[in-house]
Amino acid sequence: MSLAQILIFAALGLLYQPLARRRGREWLLLAVSVLALYALQPASPVRHLDFWLPTASLGLAVLTWCATRMQEERDVAEPLRTFAGVAALVLLLTLTRDLGPAFRLTATRPPPFLAAVLALVILAVLSALALAARSRRALVGSAALFLIALFIILKSEPLATGASAFLRMQTGQRAELAAPLDLRWLGFSYIAFRLLHTLRDRLTGKLPSLTLREYLIYILFFPALAAGPIDRAERFAGDLRSPSPALAEGGARVAIGVFKKFVLADSLALLSLAPATVRQTTSPIWLWILLYAYAFRLYLDFSGYTDVAIGLGRLFGVRLPENFSRPYLRENLTAFWNSWHMTLAGWFRSYFFNPLTRALRSARRPVPAGLIVFLSTMSTMILIGLWHGITWNFAVWGAWHGAGLFIHNRWADLLKRRGIRLSPQGAGGRLAAIGGTILTFHFVTLGWAWFALPGLDLSWRLLLGLIGARP
Amino acid sequence: MTTNGPSPSPLSPLRLCFKAVVLFALANVIFAFLDPMPFLGRLSLYNTLVPGRARLPYGDNPAADYSLSPYSLEAMLASHEIAGTAPDANEYRILLIGDSSTWGFLLPPDQTLASALNEGGFRASDGRIVRAFNLGYPIMSLSKDLLLLDLALGSRPDLIVWLVTLESLPLDKQLYPPLLQHNAGRVRGLIDRYGLRLDPDDPRLANPSFWDRTIIGRRRDLADLWRLQLYGLLWAATRIDQDIPESYTPRMEDLPADPSFQNFGPTDLSPEDLAFDILAAGVERAGPIPLLIVNEPMFTSQGANSDIRYNFYYPRWAYDAYRGWMTETASAEGWLYLDLWDLIPPSEFTDSAIHYTPVGARMLASRIGEWIASGE
Repeated sequence: MSLAQILIFAALGLLYQPLARRRGREWLLLAVSVLALYALQPASPVRHLDFWLPTASLGLAVLTWCATRMQEERDVAEPLRTFAGVAALVLLLTLTRDLGPAFRLTATRPPPFLAAVLALVILAVLSALALAARSRRALVGSAALFLIALFIILKSEPLATGASAFLRMQTGQRAELAAPLDLRWLGFSYIAFRLLHTLRDRLTGKLPSLTLREYLIYILFFPALAAGPIDRAERFAGDLRSPSPALAEGGARVAIGVFKKFVLADSLALLSLAPATVRQTTSPIWLWILLYAYAFRLYLDFSGYTDVAIGLGRLFGVRLPENFSRPYLRENLTAFWNSWHMTLAGWFRSYFFNPLTRALRSARRPVPAGLIVFLSTMSTMILIGLWHGITWNFAVWGAWHGAGLFIHNRWADLLKRRGIRLSPQGAGGRLAAIGGTILTFHFVTLGWAWFALPGLDLSWRLLLGLIGARP
Repeated sequence: MTTNGPSPSPLSPLRLCFKAVVLFALANVIFAFLDPMPFLGRLSLYNTLVPGRARLPYGDNPAADYSLSPYSLEAMLASHEIAGTAPDANEYRILLIGDSSTWGFLLPPDQTLASALNEGGFRASDGRIVRAFNLGYPIMSLSKDLLLLDLALGSRPDLIVWLVTLESLPLDKQLYPPLLQHNAGRVRGLIDRYGLRLDPDDPRLANPSFWDRTIIGRRRDLADLWRLQLYGLLWAATRIDQDIPESYTPRMEDLPADPSFQNFGPTDLSPEDLAFDILAAGVERAGPIPLLIVNEPMFTSQGANSDIRYNFYYPRWAYDAYRGWMTETASAEGWLYLDLWDLIPPSEFTDSAIHYTPVGARMLASRIGEWIASGE
């Protein structure tokens, strides 16, 4: 989100206040979220793709709602009204096709009206088929697999390039110009994880009953589109049904987020770690400074965006979950991961780590406790790494943290077994806390060497450079 | 017993917004009246937290150059190493003024003319060690050079070397650089003080309105000041201030059969079209400090149509005429003048007819060093 877009959303939040407890507020939130989905989508060199990607987000959300809807629910009017309303908005956007760029919401010229009509008809037919499907479990499973496959294609550079080449051929463009960035799909990482969460909770029976309108607002809630946080449907629905907008709190949070993102993070971005600076800097001290700058830039950028999202959410009466809680002041790596990108870590904990740990514990052949911790921690962290992009660097970054968490777990277990516990009030305890914070911060910061740079060789070069040993 | 004072009134968001808007408006008005940009420009991390730059900040691509092109002359000079270096007794301080060839386009900061002079072991006739400071700036305009000279004289030089070429002299080119247009007050001051043949009411010279002088109006300048400081850290880390490509298109060898120089045909150009008055103003401004004017070396083509043109910039007739006028004027006015137009062989030029290689820079430094040592 740009500063101008944030200001527009904040102004909308001000205008929303008188409507916050009136009927029709959900319609307003849905309309703003749908329009924001198109407005925030970056331009793509593939013709009309910056229109079709948001439309696909909408389509996926509608179809997933159909797959997760309780079969005993009979209300037809609400979903039809919501679908018609959303379709009208989408068609309205295509009508701006012949107007100048100043009157368009989409990044480039939208496709013809009839193409959008055809897409919406296909979506309606697929939705009807999904609602009529007999085996809801198979449908939910297929939907989850489809989302994961889509996720893998988008996060893998060769696959994304191939997909872009395919799309370019469909639009009569040159396939050899395809690049992974052609498929920059606004918020897909977050949208997909919300969809997977509802699919999984539908299978376990935890998902509350949601109308299509509520479901679409949850999936596409505009403050959390670009950078999360990943809320839970049942919590979000509660806020949606009894909203409590907080103008001052929301406004202050937006202001804090804007300052963190656009003043502090953007300033640090000028001098933080980059492939060129790693190659050009020879002094270890300056390499450390660049690495620290990256660590703080990343935190301020991401947490600033989260502050903006939470603040905007408060203006619209939704209390989005916190995503950061002073992560760099944590005394150990486990505490760090309980305070850094908390909603993503929580998602993986709920839907991967805990089920895997349970499965390993209840395996027929007993698995040693240490091995269970190692396998579940390492695989979870590698998956979190790959969530950012399917590259060796992200995998190593995940493994770095997996190893750190495993070592901390074993160390904490050893201390517990030996009955060693330092009083937090005592000098030893305070010293251990300070030492732990410094150690954890530097472990995390060194880990950014894998995260920030595009190749393992460059990351290794940086790590060697930090100790004055250049290859 | 407890006393219950009046409970604080709940925070009114609208009142808060109103107060914030009023305070921001007030800050803008005060900023516009005080005009603190020159003061802010002098606040610098350079020469304190990070080393001063070896040449004035200029950047076509700031993210790769680790430099940018601010409009604040104060900030430019404050970021330069000269701002943090007082002359010592054994130093013969030279300021180099000129265009992109002096600044060192496509050369790292340690291979420019100034570096070549510093590393050449040159001494003045009184035995002091030559220390040159690069105050070139990659714009071809004598009025820009005069502006920088005017500001840099406070650094107490022993000699000023002003490298010029014909391309910088036409009168109608003097006010085109944005750096001058955004320092209109200083430029008008120079026009007025030295009676320069330039129009002080030229519409290109910006007249900032009240709105332009507010924080909002100055936001780009303020951001530039801040970015210049941040890029100082990368300058300190890498000692890079220009993104030099691994390959470039070399200067043109085969030339068009075009005898014109800018808008001038073979019979149109006269000394009146050239800004010799700005050179005279520079000499006057330098006062007792000797100012050496150098006609800078240029590439001489041997390719197609080289009988018509020396290079991309100059047809032979125009350049020959210019050299003659320079020599005559320098002699008549008593200026210190070196005509080094053919000092550097054609193989030592890079992407343009005036950008030389490190070898070329050393050859030029050697000639200037000899001149300094001779005490002429």
